[in-house]
Amino acid sequence: MPYLVQRLGAATLDWLTEMGRMFSFLLYALYVCFTSPGHPGHIIKQMSFIGARSSFVIVLTAGFTGMVLGLQGYYTLTKFGSEGMLGVAVALSLIRELGPVLSALMVTGRAGSAISAEIGIMRISEQIDALETMALEPFKYLVAPKLIASILVLPLLCALFDVVGIWGGYLIGVKLLGVNPGAYFGEMQRSVEWKDVYSGIIKSICFGVIIAWVCCYKGYYTGHGAEGVSRSTTTAVVMASVLILIWDYFITSVLL
Amino acid sequence: MIELRGVSKSFGSQLVLNRLDLQIPTGKITAIIGPSGEGKSVLLKHVIGLLRPDEGSVLVDGEDISKMGRGQLNRVREKFGMLFQNAALFDSLTVFENVSFPLQEKTSLSEPEIATRVREALEHVGLAGVDEKYPDQLSGGMKKRVGLARALLMNPQIILFDEPTTGLDPVICRAIHQMIKETHASFGFTAVVVSHEIPEIFDISDYVAVLYRGRIIESGTPEQIQSSADPVVRQFVSGSLEGPIHLI
Repeated sequence: MPYLVQRLGAATLDWLTEMGRMFSFLLYALYVCFTSPGHPGHIIKQMSFIGARSSFVIVLTAGFTGMVLGLQGYYTLTKFGSEGMLGVAVALSLIRELGPVLSALMVTGRAGSAISAEIGIMRISEQIDALETMALEPFKYLVAPKLIASILVLPLLCALFDVVGIWGGYLIGVKLLGVNPGAYFGEMQRSVEWKDVYSGIIKSICFGVIIAWVCCYKGYYTGHGAEGVSRSTTTAVVMASVLILIWDYFITSVLL
Repeated sequence: MIELRGVSKSFGSQLVLNRLDLQIPTGKITAIIGPSGEGKSVLLKHVIGLLRPDEGSVLVDGEDISKMGRGQLNRVREKFGMLFQNAALFDSLTVFENVSFPLQEKTSLSEPEIATRVREALEHVGLAGVDEKYPDQLSGGMKKRVGLARALLMNPQIILFDEPTTGLDPVICRAIHQMIKETHASFGFTAVVVSHEIPEIFDISDYVAVLYRGRIIESGTPEQIQSSADPVVRQFVSGSLEGPIHLI
């Protein structure tokens, strides 16, 4: 029994230390973003990598998400004779919830894993040590541009997801199942409020921070060798995805 | 002058440096030799503040860097250059971009001035005409020479060499040692070389320290080390299988 308590205590202390280190990492990264954010070219390069190069997967996911929402929504609303509300159902689901969350999860899988692996490889091949020995701040080159880019592009990707998803719902609801196009867009225009849009934007900004923070952190403190990088990349994706879903719940409960 | 006083460092339960004392004289080439896995690279990383000791202090020109914050440490690091074991070149940058990186980031020199200095540095290490290649297109010896050019470019007062010849053929090995000797003669920096290359390392060093079981067990001129009576030093220098050093 004392052994179990000892193990539990040690695990708790390790967990708290890790949390403290992660939080310090975020605070220092934000400090560097404000004091020496790096060359604008580095930020634009990261915006292209995290944002532009994720747009295809976002369009694809958004299109099919909108289409399935169109199908499921039509099936449910027909039972109440309210198929005219399909546009509202699709738009609100996407703008308030699915757009920010799914776009963030897609970016985590595509760009977050790459960020973690890139920084992890730089760590094990001593490239980060080389920056430090030159009296240069590694956060300025490796973390700040990714954090800034992620904060800037996530809301844009979310907007793209919303628009494509709404057209996906239109394709199924209006073109395939015969919902009135006027009702689809008219009800949507009447029911979607500005606060629905900005809650999605706020969520996307938060998710942008989570993706860059977790993935950079896991790469920066990666383990030894190829196995260490592989493990930290996997952990980064899993942890970022879980944090996105948990944070989504809390932020929704505040913004509702 | 660089001085390590009572430096101890553990990783988990493994004690790597055990109350180690070492003085590295200014303007000389000091070699740190010893069996593999004894913590020579760990010692070197303490000298430039990449690792902090659990106990003891690391003094660079009288300042204890082991207690310094990032800003102060970076000020001291301005004095240093380092050549890593695997060169640690930025793999997404070309040779030219790698060598010019510290100049681009830390000086206000114009592009033509930077280009001139980079080309001079590359010529100095016998690597003219490889500017546009990426590190993965270079041989091991070429990477080390690019690393040396990058380390030399800011005219540092101290250069640390972490096993500069590991994995290279004997000819390239000798060329790298010669290059260290020549650049030291030209620039007059303090050099600290971690090496396994016995007896070649004795030809370029002014001073040699032997690291064994976390401590410096002997130090002196190359001649003193080669004629040492210590059984560990004798076995390591002769490369004999018989003696107190056990193969792991």
